Amino acid sequence: MDLFEYQARDIFEKHGVPVLGGIVATTPQEARAAAEQLLPPEGGVVVVKAQVKTGGRGKAGGVKLARSADEAAATAGEILGMDIKGHTVHRVMVAAGAKIAQEFYFSLLLDRAERRYLAMASVEGGVEIEQLAVERPEALAKVAVDPRTGIDQATADEIVAAAGFAPEIAGQVADVLQKLWRVYDEEDATLVEVNPLVLTEDGQVVALDGKVTLDANADFRHPDHAALEDAAAADPLEARAKEKDLNYVKLDGEVGIIGNGAGLVMSTLDVVAYAGEAHGGVRPANFLDIGGGASAEVMAAGLDIILTDPQVKSVFVNVFGGITACDAVANGIVAALQILGDEASKPLVVRLDGNNVVEGRRILAEAGHPLVTLADTMDGGADTAARLAHAAA
Amino acid sequence: MAIFLTEDSKVIVQGMTGSEGQKHTTRMLASGTNVVGGVNPRKAGTSVTFGDVDVPVFGSVAEAIAATGADVSVIFVPPAHTKGAVVEAVDAGIPLAVIITEGVPVADTAEFFSYAQEKGVRLIGPNCPGLISPGKSNVGIIPADITGPGKVGLVSKSGTLTYQMMYELRDFGFSTAIGIGGDPIIGTTHIDALAAFEADPETEVIVMIGEIGGDAEERAAAYIAEHVTKPVVGYVAGFTAPEGKTMGHAGAIVSGSSGTAQAKKEALEAAGVKVGKTPSETARLARELLGA
Repeated sequence: MDLFEYQARDIFEKHGVPVLGGIVATTPQEARAAAEQLLPPEGGVVVVKAQVKTGGRGKAGGVKLARSADEAAATAGEILGMDIKGHTVHRVMVAAGAKIAQEFYFSLLLDRAERRYLAMASVEGGVEIEQLAVERPEALAKVAVDPRTGIDQATADEIVAAAGFAPEIAGQVADVLQKLWRVYDEEDATLVEVNPLVLTEDGQVVALDGKVTLDANADFRHPDHAALEDAAAADPLEARAKEKDLNYVKLDGEVGIIGNGAGLVMSTLDVVAYAGEAHGGVRPANFLDIGGGASAEVMAAGLDIILTDPQVKSVFVNVFGGITACDAVANGIVAALQILGDEASKPLVVRLDGNNVVEGRRILAEAGHPLVTLADTMDGGADTAARLAHAAA
Repeated sequence: MAIFLTEDSKVIVQGMTGSEGQKHTTRMLASGTNVVGGVNPRKAGTSVTFGDVDVPVFGSVAEAIAATGADVSVIFVPPAHTKGAVVEAVDAGIPLAVIITEGVPVADTAEFFSYAQEKGVRLIGPNCPGLISPGKSNVGIIPADITGPGKVGLVSKSGTLTYQMMYELRDFGFSTAIGIGGDPIIGTTHIDALAAFEADPETEVIVMIGEIGGDAEERAAAYIAEHVTKPVVGYVAGFTAPEGKTMGHAGAIVSGSSGTAQAKKEALEAAGVKVGKTPSETARLARELLGA
């Protein structure tokens, strides 16, 4: 799960990473109140920043200065509702202004290839880091981080030296890096990025903008992370699927897909897309992995989600029974169609292979449901499902 | 021969007394695996009966190894306890630990992988179906009745695609089929399996199945170009996956322009690997190489 900037800021603060004051606002009135709280009595600025999970919001006009509470409210009014690369702005963060002397870059992430963590730092911050990595790779220090020791004092010093931070701030930066490690470690993050990390004119090292990705597999030890989820942004079908513990991703095609095992389901999407080329270009409508169990309840819940998608014209159920027995899947389909009754109104192509396949096919053939077509192979099933979807479109 | 797992492998099951562990121990025994013990500190000294076999339960991996000479451990414990189980197996000096558990926090995997690497222990998984050397031994959850022994070596990130490919090539049989798992950090990689298949005299053709996310397939392609003389056929799943969405496996995600199926396919083809568009086409390419 990717966090919003304001959520990253709050998590940074919780672990002692120096940040500036920042308050999230969803209306101009809230932005005004936030600015009143953050503006120093002697006058100054606040920054109103669009909260979207994408880069380039500055260029898109989503980050603006305001010199008064009224101006902050007006600016928030302009930014709220703005579309930035397909993301609608539902909230802004009103942040205290800073006098910036220098900008740096820091990130800590998973290194899948080396199976450890990688710290990257540069004293040339405030730029597109991907661009820097390509154009001037020598300006981006990369230091391996051992998952078992993390960023301790020695590793922090190594990163600081490799990136070439000035001696007068080296100690301060090393301290911030160790606190960012605590964010990564204690929150079970897979990415912590600070861009920019800044040196203010009064000599403080501060994380001005943060990006944090959390590991969903670790949710069981972080009950507080559930509250960070952006429920409003989720696709309604995905939200419903999640409530039922289904592994579902909405796509925009016409052929609904149910399968078992992530790899086989991904492959099924591809095979349906190829088959669709001969049938008016129909595409897969979703990813849905029903996993090992495939009980009638899971099958019914999965079919229910897929059949509610108005774009779906046909459904392809592709199961290779490993642990899952095909007769259980077949019984699941028959029972699911009974549970759904008239709700089930779209043709269903079913391909079963593997564990107990003969019995599985017999059950479906005997049930003889008018919507169900049996397929012998994955390719054949994909073709039939694509043809039926095209015919119904 | 086969890779990583042979008829001599002595297997213990961490989590054997749980429901998943019992179910799969039954299946492993039925497929001829030499399961010599289970581990559960609260049930040490008891045994579990599977049909006409009594499998003893030990209090620790170290005790199990001392009593049985076990050299493989398969781990079925829940995610919250997986790290502890792997560390225990590594400390006890097991040469190979196969971690079936899905949903292990990636930080835990990073830590126990680092530890296992330091101690010279091979890990397979987590979030994987395990491996089978048909007719010899079967460790994990791969169905043993799909096919028998033969000359194809298979390495895959995905469980059900492993089964599908074994089924497609069932008339040829397999030296070893290994599911390495779909998590961002895994113990044994495509490259490790490719190196082992290259060295295995029984393996004549290698089938490699990848999927979106990371750059393991690209690195495997570079390795194949340099080090693999046996013919390799490839398949990559996830051409239709949208950017930024996790597709079932924690590691299966296209980030920006990196980790796409297209890039992986191109890298493999540049290394001389024949890549199928679908599992059935991939099987057909393998058949041509196998001379059928």
